[in-house]
Amino acid sequence: MPVVMDQDRMNRTLTRIAHEILERNRGDEGLALVGIRTRGVPLAKRLAVIVRSINQLEIPTGALDITLYRDDLMRHAIGVQPVVRSTDIPFSIDDKRILLVDDVLYTGRTIRAALDALIEFGRPKVIQLIVLVDRGHRELPIKADYVGKNLPTSESQSVQVRLQEIDGRDEVEIQE
Amino acid sequence: MKKDLLGIDDLSPDEIYLILETAEAMKEIGERPIKKVPTLRGKTVVNLFYEPSTRTRTSFEIAEKRLSADTLNIAVGTSSVLKGETLADTALNIEAMAPDMIVLRHASSGACHLLSRLCRSRIINAGDGMHEHPTQALLDAFTIRQHKSTIEGLKVAIVGDLLHSRVLRSNLLLLTRLGAKVWVSGPPTLVPRGIERLGVQVAPTIDQAVTDADVVMLLRIQQERMLGAFFPSLREYFNVFGMTVERVRRAKPDVIIMHPGPMNRGVEIASEVADGPYSVILEQVANGVAVRMAVLYLMAGGVEDEAAA
Repeated sequence: MPVVMDQDRMNRTLTRIAHEILERNRGDEGLALVGIRTRGVPLAKRLAVIVRSINQLEIPTGALDITLYRDDLMRHAIGVQPVVRSTDIPFSIDDKRILLVDDVLYTGRTIRAALDALIEFGRPKVIQLIVLVDRGHRELPIKADYVGKNLPTSESQSVQVRLQEIDGRDEVEIQE
Repeated sequence: MKKDLLGIDDLSPDEIYLILETAEAMKEIGERPIKKVPTLRGKTVVNLFYEPSTRTRTSFEIAEKRLSADTLNIAVGTSSVLKGETLADTALNIEAMAPDMIVLRHASSGACHLLSRLCRSRIINAGDGMHEHPTQALLDAFTIRQHKSTIEGLKVAIVGDLLHSRVLRSNLLLLTRLGAKVWVSGPPTLVPRGIERLGVQVAPTIDQAVTDADVVMLLRIQQERMLGAFFPSLREYFNVFGMTVERVRRAKPDVIIMHPGPMNRGVEIASEVADGPYSVILEQVANGVAVRMAVLYLMAGGVEDEAAA
């Protein structure tokens, strides 16, 4: 199956997004990165490292688990419940500019759940969405502010993002 | 998960770990400014308590509310049970109003099994007679893991009224299943016959039980369940089996002291120990909410047996 992004490409993509963050927010203080579990978390941490290397700006980073906010949780009565993991946002999000990070933007339902979850922690000034891949097929009116790569797909395909921290290598692959 | 949580006996080690790990995530919700998630919206949970309870009932109710379930409490003192209605009839009438789960506390061992057979609702055992109290054992295990990271290989001493304790039974099943070395001790009249078959060591004195223990758990003397004289006096019980500061010194330097509550101060535990630096008794209560949220969440999913059928 085709690998549409390798390690080198992924690094350059994340570097570009880091520059875009700084450009749009004018090096503003009050920025915070929140990664959506699982793969949004290492992506958020990498963006924090890249931003620091560009202009010494320290952006706090948190992890958000959206399982308890999913809109399909109680609908499939058969089968075990999805595993819930910890949310860890070690800072107040009140009046912050929150950069929400996920690997793939697809139906938009994960982001809807993430917005609900985030709002319970406070009232950020702005929430911006960063995704590594936008594969289309939205079911909700949600749009990313920073996109690593637009990837036209059919609904029968699946997009697999692999990250060094979790999967041992960096790549994006389309699977039939 | 099976349809009902009747006891630790029904849980595999994998399921126990799943509950404990889910509880880790649930604990964080209790530390937020808004301590509520929408997960069990539209689910109805009935807390049916046939025995007095402060901790367990409050804990379940808070857990249910934090998950956004609709909850109602039936305290037997104000219900038709006083008019002579049987447990089965009460359950079937509640069932007719289509709740999703029933949390049952009852003085008779096996009451939850009876409801399990009668009801479509999922039953959670909140303590049945002298049989089991699974969520207590789960929150005890969660608390131990917070302090000791693992349960395998720990020496756990459980001292007190072993005979009448459902907390003991659930804890023995859980702790031995996860690989702890469990020692029990109490007056011979309160040690159930054949308890060694559950894989525990029986110590004749509390001193032997607590020596080098990583965890010491005291059990309440349950006078309301005692039909005879099991020991001469409460004062003598305290002298022989009470947990004192001197006895704490026999345990490991990083021992934790646990008690499922309600405590009889000066009977099974000295106040200096209960309020002392090794005590995690109030942490147990706090962790109870997270563990019960985990159980409620996992039980709201599909039923294992049905999926297989």
